Amino acid sequence: MIDLLPPAVVLIVAAALIGPLKGSLRTAVLFAAPLITLWMIWQVPDGANATVPFLDYRLEVVEGSAVRRLFATIFAIMVFVGGLFAYRTAKWFELAAAYAYAAGAIGVCFAGDLITLFLFWEFMALFSTVVVWCGGTPAARRAGIRYAIMHLLGGVILKVGIEGIVVHTGSIQIQPLLATNFDSWMILIGILLNAAAPPVSAWLADAYPESTPTGSVVLSAFTTKTAVLALILLFPGEPVLIGIGLYMVMYGIIYALLENDIRRILAYSVVNQVGFMVCAIGIGTEMAINGAAAHAFAHIIYKALLFMSAGVVVYRTGMNKCTEVGGLFRTMPLTALCGIVGALAISGFPLTSGFTTKTMISQAAADEGLAFVYLMLAAASAGVFLHAGIKFPWFVFFQKDSGLRPKDAPWNMAIAMVVFATLCILIGVFPEPFYRFLPYEVTYEAYTAGKVLFYLQLLLFSGLAFFLLLPLMKRTDTISLDTDWLWRVGLVRIVRLLRRGLASAGAAIGSAARRVLDEAAGFARYCLGADRRVTDGERGFFARSWPIGLTALWIAILLSAYVLIYYLGQ
Amino acid sequence: MNESPDHWLVRPTTIRRLWQVFAAVLAAVVLAQLFIKVKGYFVIDGWLGFGAWFGFLSCLVMVVVAKLLGPPLKRSVDYYTSRDND
Repeated sequence: MIDLLPPAVVLIVAAALIGPLKGSLRTAVLFAAPLITLWMIWQVPDGANATVPFLDYRLEVVEGSAVRRLFATIFAIMVFVGGLFAYRTAKWFELAAAYAYAAGAIGVCFAGDLITLFLFWEFMALFSTVVVWCGGTPAARRAGIRYAIMHLLGGVILKVGIEGIVVHTGSIQIQPLLATNFDSWMILIGILLNAAAPPVSAWLADAYPESTPTGSVVLSAFTTKTAVLALILLFPGEPVLIGIGLYMVMYGIIYALLENDIRRILAYSVVNQVGFMVCAIGIGTEMAINGAAAHAFAHIIYKALLFMSAGVVVYRTGMNKCTEVGGLFRTMPLTALCGIVGALAISGFPLTSGFTTKTMISQAAADEGLAFVYLMLAAASAGVFLHAGIKFPWFVFFQKDSGLRPKDAPWNMAIAMVVFATLCILIGVFPEPFYRFLPYEVTYEAYTAGKVLFYLQLLLFSGLAFFLLLPLMKRTDTISLDTDWLWRVGLVRIVRLLRRGLASAGAAIGSAARRVLDEAAGFARYCLGADRRVTDGERGFFARSWPIGLTALWIAILLSAYVLIYYLGQ
Repeated sequence: MNESPDHWLVRPTTIRRLWQVFAAVLAAVVLAQLFIKVKGYFVIDGWLGFGAWFGFLSCLVMVVVAKLLGPPLKRSVDYYTSRDND
């Protein structure tokens, strides 16, 4: 039975209360709920703690382990700081949806069985769609529908896999699998869809930038990282993930380089960063899994910080594009500074959280002798600095002077950014206390002189490349086609083509039928003589039309006769 | 905050000085390898200045690839919306 309340319940209750409550009571709920959740997360001991009977199964709603608590912790921190960032500007229904969405993510963290995982997974899909819709524009509505379709499809695929596992093994336990049969492949595909893996990476950059400035902060944290956790729990060491991760890493860089929308650049870099984690899970050693978990933790903080920085710019200027802004450091120094800290952290610059977490993944690749993976990750680290580390702050806060002089961040947004910027630096400067929370014992030493020198060379020369190649990176007011073109345009074209084909086939069949009928009529005329119009009086008795009342009378007479005959026959 | 267009950070003299400092730092991080050993896991990554030229070349390749992909992939911002309204 339930002997431990699932931590997700607190956020679900809070989400339900946000609407009815007003003023300071609502604010109190917004801040208290994530703190209580955080406390509850750390009360969850290892192993299955709360079991509920369901059909013939026992659901393990709360299962604890180091990696589960780590992800749940950063989710709860994200809700608190995200709530602080958003609560003065976001509508109540957006806050409620965001809290429910986060509750789903925390529910997934502690799901001890596949059925519970699936339920919270769908819960997330539902409320994250609402957060996208809260963007409030026609574009947000359309993007939200595409987002919902993609995630519900992913949910169905995941469900097929779970059903298969249950039918074939009789177990609903969450345990490490390898993609060796149809069932496990379906589960893997279902999870990878949420991780924005190829070929459906486009949903992320399609949907997130259409949300509100506060919505995109929340969206950046949960869906992809719960997918990372699910991969850690279900597919550690699955080799196919290495290739998928490397593809995501490069995809994110190239598309971010092509992009003009500020938040879409950051959205592509989410795919890029999740690629590092997916690759690490594919490597699957203790060092790699530690790296994936640590990087996910650090990534949520610096990515939210970057989205906050971009969100403040969008909130203050109403502009989304690199081509529209520039030179904002003059009046937004704090937002610029926090954006730069986030950008340095995502680039893995020494003394930031990106360095102390991402380099673990590279180390894991080196330890396993995966030269190609190691070099690709090094190239990708350079690319991250190029597309996010410099590009984002440069085009938004520096480059040309756009003439815009917006105010800096409101106080609540400023505090939220400072908290996350501080965390980026703290984890970067003092990684050891953080390493203690990782799933496996850490023997990794982040700061060796040689390693710092290598990454400084890599990143600083990437910076040089950026400024030398700036003429090649001129911003254009465009979007970039992605695989979603196949269903947004290609599929529509195929349907139109089919419709046109069917319509012309129908017309051809119709005219052929008419021709046959005309021929038959001609033949009949030939045999029977030409037809002519006749009046009712000229027609034969049975060819005449009769009043309906007369017909009804005859039916009544015949039925009565039938009843009479039947009676007589008894 | 100085709101004039010639904010000290964007003055040509400051930019020139920043470039000079940047060049000095770039040279320093390569030359520092003469004194600090960078562990090479796969031989070449221990070579002098490997991080520098590998980082630079990686970025060059990515920018060129992105540039080449621009014409086939880039479309006007209303590409999808004009279709939605068809």
